[in-house]
Amino acid sequence: MNTAVARRTSLPGFGLTMGLTLTWLSIIILIPLAGLFLKTLELSPAQFWEILSSRRTLNALKISFGLSFAAACVNLVMGTIIVWALVRYRFPGRRIFDAIVDIPFALPTAVAGVALTQLFAQKGWLGAPLAELGIKVAFTPIGIFIAMIFIGIPFVVRTVQPVLIDLDPEIEEAAASLGANRWHTVFRVILPSLIPALLTGFALAFARAVGEYGSVIFIAGNLPNVSEIAPLLIVIRLSEFRYADATAIAVVMLLASFVIIFAVNRLQRWAQTRIPAH
Amino acid sequence: MIRRILPLVAGLLWASSAFAADYTLLNVSYDPTRELYADFNKAFAAAYQKENGKSVEIKQSHGGSGSQARAVIDGLQADVVTLALAYDIDAIAAKGLVAPDWQKRLSLNASPYTSTIVFLVRKGNPKAIKDWDDLIKPGLQVITPNPKTSGGARWNYLAAWGFAEKKFGSADKAKKFVADLFNNVPVLDTGARGSTVTFVERGVGDVLLAWENEAFLAQREFGKGKFEIVAPPLSILAEPPISVVDKVADKKGTRAVAEAYLKYWYTKEGQEIAARNSYRPRDPEIAKEHEKSFARVELFTIDDVFGGWTKAQKDHFGEGGIFDQIYKN
Amino acid sequence: MSTQTSFVTPEAPLKAYASTAGAAISSLSRREARERPRALASPKDFRTEPGPVRFVIVALAVSFLTIFVVLPLVVVFASALSKGFGAYFAALAEPEALSAIRLTLLVAAISVGLNLLFGVIAAWAIAKFDFPGKTFLVTLIDLPFSVSPVISGLVFVLLFGAQGYWGTWLQAHNVHILFAVPGIALATIFVTFPFVARSLIPLMQEQGTQEEEAAISLGASGLQTFFRVTLPNIKWGLLYGVLLCNARAMGEFGAVSVVSGHIRGETNTMPLLVEILYNEYQFVASFAIASLLAMLALITLVVKTVLEQRLDEGQTPRDDPRDDLRDDPSDH
Repeated sequence: MNTAVARRTSLPGFGLTMGLTLTWLSIIILIPLAGLFLKTLELSPAQFWEILSSRRTLNALKISFGLSFAAACVNLVMGTIIVWALVRYRFPGRRIFDAIVDIPFALPTAVAGVALTQLFAQKGWLGAPLAELGIKVAFTPIGIFIAMIFIGIPFVVRTVQPVLIDLDPEIEEAAASLGANRWHTVFRVILPSLIPALLTGFALAFARAVGEYGSVIFIAGNLPNVSEIAPLLIVIRLSEFRYADATAIAVVMLLASFVIIFAVNRLQRWAQTRIPAH
Repeated sequence: MIRRILPLVAGLLWASSAFAADYTLLNVSYDPTRELYADFNKAFAAAYQKENGKSVEIKQSHGGSGSQARAVIDGLQADVVTLALAYDIDAIAAKGLVAPDWQKRLSLNASPYTSTIVFLVRKGNPKAIKDWDDLIKPGLQVITPNPKTSGGARWNYLAAWGFAEKKFGSADKAKKFVADLFNNVPVLDTGARGSTVTFVERGVGDVLLAWENEAFLAQREFGKGKFEIVAPPLSILAEPPISVVDKVADKKGTRAVAEAYLKYWYTKEGQEIAARNSYRPRDPEIAKEHEKSFARVELFTIDDVFGGWTKAQKDHFGEGGIFDQIYKN
Repeated sequence: MSTQTSFVTPEAPLKAYASTAGAAISSLSRREARERPRALASPKDFRTEPGPVRFVIVALAVSFLTIFVVLPLVVVFASALSKGFGAYFAALAEPEALSAIRLTLLVAAISVGLNLLFGVIAAWAIAKFDFPGKTFLVTLIDLPFSVSPVISGLVFVLLFGAQGYWGTWLQAHNVHILFAVPGIALATIFVTFPFVARSLIPLMQEQGTQEEEAAISLGASGLQTFFRVTLPNIKWGLLYGVLLCNARAMGEFGAVSVVSGHIRGETNTMPLLVEILYNEYQFVASFAIASLLAMLALITLVVKTVLEQRLDEGQTPRDDPRDDLRDDPSDH
């Protein structure tokens, strides 16, 4: 990396800025999260386990993680196709489509929620034709799935796009000159070099979908064991004065976030060690 | 960015504080009372100003009855609570915010207006729903909110149970009936309002179990032609209670206004407002005037059938209670 | 390779930017960047697919984006205007709508302001100095990206709720955090925590410390160095972080919903009001507020595009014609 910063520096302010950073980080992030963990420590392991192994909690976690995984898979495939179209081809409106990829990221989740519900409800623009085909989207798990696809798409596109742009054309030239056909070049040469970026995008889309609340609850139907996502169950447990249940589910989801962040971290390092090898 | 936003914000904030009233009350209420309290608050503020020469501003917060109680317990500074059922105020009282005898401080169980549970069906009643036992027909879709979070849903559930126990004569059969009914529920919103939107606007389900006032409101909002109200022959007398939150009102020094506010419900004007918003008034005179607006339904009370809210809550909606058992199966 | 930033960046748009900045730094990638269009434009183009395949891919991409991204946006505006402009503006002029707009602006100003200040401070400490545990610290800063908004609200209920750890003390001293502006601001700061810091760290790292060290050795104070040397270098990146931070702060729903208390005209932000009006059958009003937020999103995207261009210009020295000659004279 040519970003090598002079590590021994004469710049002032390290103590002050580091102190302020740690203080601010503690107030906003660390203490509140520690409070969450402390709260769960009030539960005995048996109680903790009982909450988590209850059918409703398990189903909510299954729905959140399962559908997020499925949605991230769709985003992986569609995201790659979109990136390919945006980077490799010229077509009318390309720049506009490039810009709107970020809309799901910039649009407030509640707005996305009411808009998707309106669109996919039985009387909606897309809901009505789908209902004729016998497909119900709103208020079913499919609705959750759709909302999760919506919010995840920019993460895959924006992670893969710069890597595809920067891909060394010589690789393709070499493959082509060695007689590989286009199909082989794409699937054996280009896509493999995109794998770290693809996995990172996948992990980010997955993480976002697992925790998503605003855009999902309007369209979900919220039926226990069928279309109730884990964040909603936390909210419901709170309304029922069941703080222990709410915090136990929250802790599990928080640990999942740690794991995902850690995975993304490792993926990035892997990407860095791979790319220079070209 | 900040430099540009700050003066704007300051200007907007200043504009709002120019209307500060002598007293400000926060009324924490449940979902379907938005229109009712919009009406009532205006009338009370005018009456209070006339009588005492002081202005009162009443702020409202609405949500699922259980969630609202939770917010008050967590520190939402409500001067008064007007919730869907007594248990939710009991829960607040259990934390010492409200005196334990709150329900005796005002007459009529501290419930100045009542309601009941009726069915809202689509135009022409295509599924011919007349009574509770029509609701368990296979393939029928019943819309009701989640009894765990919504007060209205608890009344729905208890009304169905009361019907079944009377008709089939045993608690076991009532449990089977209610389980069958909830098997027909495709969407379980967290609040009564959410369920109405699901049924009315999103077109899901064949019948909505709703507060009577909510059913009337939906009909008014969307035109009489689209929905019909079916009143079952037997239903529950729903008594939404009201109370001052003692701890908060005393701290804020608003007890006198808060009490005057609640007592206004017991005046003719208050009762008239209830009737106008399709809540059943308790004043016999006003009730007689509005007799024709409400269907004749035989009403049983929660004390008759379930031995009061505390017991009903514990047996049916508590941890591992009958509702949990129904939903686990 | 400069195309990979040295830190984890679990935020795709930030990442995209970071990579752009990275690419701009190295002359190597600059040369690469100018080779690319040439390769694409080459007549015997082996770097593309047959026409029908191209068509299918573009069609798939365009229809997917249209259905999943464009249509929801169109629905918002169509529903907001379904009863005409009169009803639309009447809905926005409601006192409740105005108070929600006020609160949203206030909360955004507080949280963007504080995150701006501490984001710059954190970026200075992390990007300009070397210390053990740096990666771990950055991971902590990133954490709010992947924490569910509901949990972000819940943690503050556990701390400041009347039943929470500090609730009794706060109640006794009449301090209201939950169900009031401080709680809403705290939850918003939590969810927008990483934006400013994470858009500055890669940028400040790429820029190194030489310029600042030179200023210091010439006798400038730390603050002077920051304002005269560092700030001009990072201003577009800083604006970029502020922009994204602001969009998220104004649009946050889940976390704010948990701590708001939903007091009408007082603690309802715009996204919360969208939900409330939606539940009151006031669909036009609900979508009218939603349309304001959608416009905010669109403006954010436009400004972001402009900023990205500025960043490229700011980072990439002007193309030197001699470079062209040196690179590939045959092309001219």
